[in-house]
Amino acid sequence: MNLPSLTLLGQSLLSGIFIGALYGLLGLGLSLSWGMLRQINLAHFALAFLGAYLTYQLASAGMDPLATLLVILPCFFAFGVALHWVFARFSISPFNSLLVTFGVTVIIESLIQWIWTADYRRLESHYGEMKFRIGTLFVPFPELLTLLVAIALSLATWAALRYTDLGKALRAAAEDAPIAAAFGVNERALALLLSGLAAAFAGVAGACLALSYTLAPSQIYAWVGVVFAAVMIGGLGNPIGPLVAGIVIGVSEALTMALTAPAWAPLVSFSLLIVVLLARPRKF
Amino acid sequence: MNYSKRLALIAAGALFAFGLSLQPAAAAPSGPPIRIGSTLALTGPLAATALVHKVVGEIFVEELNKKDGLLGRPVEWIVKDDQSKPDLARTLYEQLITVDKVDLLLGPYATGAILSAMGVAQRYNKVLVHHTFGMPHLAKYDMQFATWALGPNPAETFTTLLYDALAKSAKPPKTIAVVTSKFPSVHFLSVGAREMAKKRGLKEVLYLEWEFGNRDFGPIASRVKDANPDFIWVGAIGLEGNLLLDAMKKVDYAPKNHFYLYPAPGPLSKSPEGRNALAASVFEEHAPFTSNPVAAAFVEKFHERGAKAGLPDTSVDVQAASSYSAWQVLTTAVTATKSLDDKVIGAWLKKNPVDAIAGHLRFNGPNNYGDDLMKVKQVQNGRWVVVWPTQFAAPGAKLIVQ
Repeated sequence: MNLPSLTLLGQSLLSGIFIGALYGLLGLGLSLSWGMLRQINLAHFALAFLGAYLTYQLASAGMDPLATLLVILPCFFAFGVALHWVFARFSISPFNSLLVTFGVTVIIESLIQWIWTADYRRLESHYGEMKFRIGTLFVPFPELLTLLVAIALSLATWAALRYTDLGKALRAAAEDAPIAAAFGVNERALALLLSGLAAAFAGVAGACLALSYTLAPSQIYAWVGVVFAAVMIGGLGNPIGPLVAGIVIGVSEALTMALTAPAWAPLVSFSLLIVVLLARPRKF
Repeated sequence: MNYSKRLALIAAGALFAFGLSLQPAAAAPSGPPIRIGSTLALTGPLAATALVHKVVGEIFVEELNKKDGLLGRPVEWIVKDDQSKPDLARTLYEQLITVDKVDLLLGPYATGAILSAMGVAQRYNKVLVHHTFGMPHLAKYDMQFATWALGPNPAETFTTLLYDALAKSAKPPKTIAVVTSKFPSVHFLSVGAREMAKKRGLKEVLYLEWEFGNRDFGPIASRVKDANPDFIWVGAIGLEGNLLLDAMKKVDYAPKNHFYLYPAPGPLSKSPEGRNALAASVFEEHAPFTSNPVAAAFVEKFHERGAKAGLPDTSVDVQAASSYSAWQVLTTAVTATKSLDDKVIGAWLKKNPVDAIAGHLRFNGPNNYGDDLMKVKQVQNGRWVVVWPTQFAAPGAKLIVQ
């Protein structure tokens, strides 16, 4: 058996970190809405892909792919607010939120397919051509950007929740909404804000997806399992957890693919999830 | 010529033209429609390619009804959405037979759904002509007929064809990497490619498998780069080939020679990384295939209707050609037997080959398969051209091997 080269190991490690960052970025909004709003928002993935397709479309029309966020973020924020308003208006329970958002996912997927057809779309941009070299290792710019954005958003969200009055109010409302309200926290407005932010984060994830991947509507579901695993391992409502867990999963999968049979890679993320669930079941 | 002879000729010409005008125009089909039922993956992961089959079916039925239909009757195509799910395809085929009571069936898209439909067709003794079945050894039903002309043993016949092409090139490869999805209709051919490579004396420097649905091709690309083979067989279906090429580009690796089993043809040919990629085909938009006037007319129509349907790539290739051929086979058999009886149609097909745009299709071999009609095509200057066997190569095209 040939030993893998250091270049192969190093490149695989980088690949795992990059895809793990994307897991974390996709998981950030999901973790916040699940952990703090008690809503399991399956439509988060469909929103991310809608964001990706909008990035593709606007960039194809001549806009810089990163500048498309100026359009996408406000729209997605508004959508997130509207979605939560519906949940609150009809007092949708966490389990029912899974069903409702599954329906929203199917609607969004059908909308994407209707507008862009089911065929593959690839955003060709100058960012895709950019890559850096560190010794014998290659660092593609879109993936590096995803990692930096994931770290920045996760840390910013964590810092906001921990150190700002708004963040403290959000945490209080998540822990006990009636008592928080008694202390003057407008938990309804904060819930709308948080839902809007989570949807906006999906838009950011979508832009990163569009820069790095070929898009197809059916790809929405390809990310659900592993991102759920990252969110559950990272801890619900924990902004940094999905990023760390995502990177652990990504690196484990990548090294498995580099050292053994790539077909074993899916075992990794779900084995990790099982181990974590067994080790600390009280989290759920 | 004297005056009277000239007058006689003119009179004869006039009489001839008058006689022609008396021929009745092709009568519009009339009577209750002949209903042909099928499913397609109109939604779900297989929808991109299924759209091609939908457009082909619409073109064929429209053309048929513009002439005199089938057996003088108009044809109605009932197509249901199986959502890329073989279990749903099974249910819908049952529905087509028992509820919609269609006269004839046509196969769905892709191996899994066809296998499901085959079981239902067998239960009701219906003929099933299908266009995209990738596992001939599983086609056990006596009245199924495939126009995806792989032959009964493509793991041997197609790989032999491919390696023959490479061996006769200016720079035959010496080392090979076989990387493959575990998707069933891809995997068995990749295993065949691996075994045939050993028989042909090619040194295997890498063999990898991944689960269908794999997201991260980075480590796989790095392993391929490390192995640096002369030739890569990529057992990829749909998006996988593109994802692998994207990943190889990110690590600054361009494969010397690469083959993709079932690629998304449009995206691969248009991608700069797809340069000189090889794939299998049974038809491409150039001579000698388009020397057939039926094929040429179909190509033109497909461009027009494909653009209206929003297909990013409106080239006619193996998918569209196999699909059109399935319609040709079914309607030829019905016309020849003047019957809608499935047993009669099935018996006729086993004894009579059909010349379709995919080629000379016969159904009298093992599992009703005939010859392996696949060719090798290559991306050259942003388009697919057949390069082997040479008698089917595009004018002036030769296999490029680096």
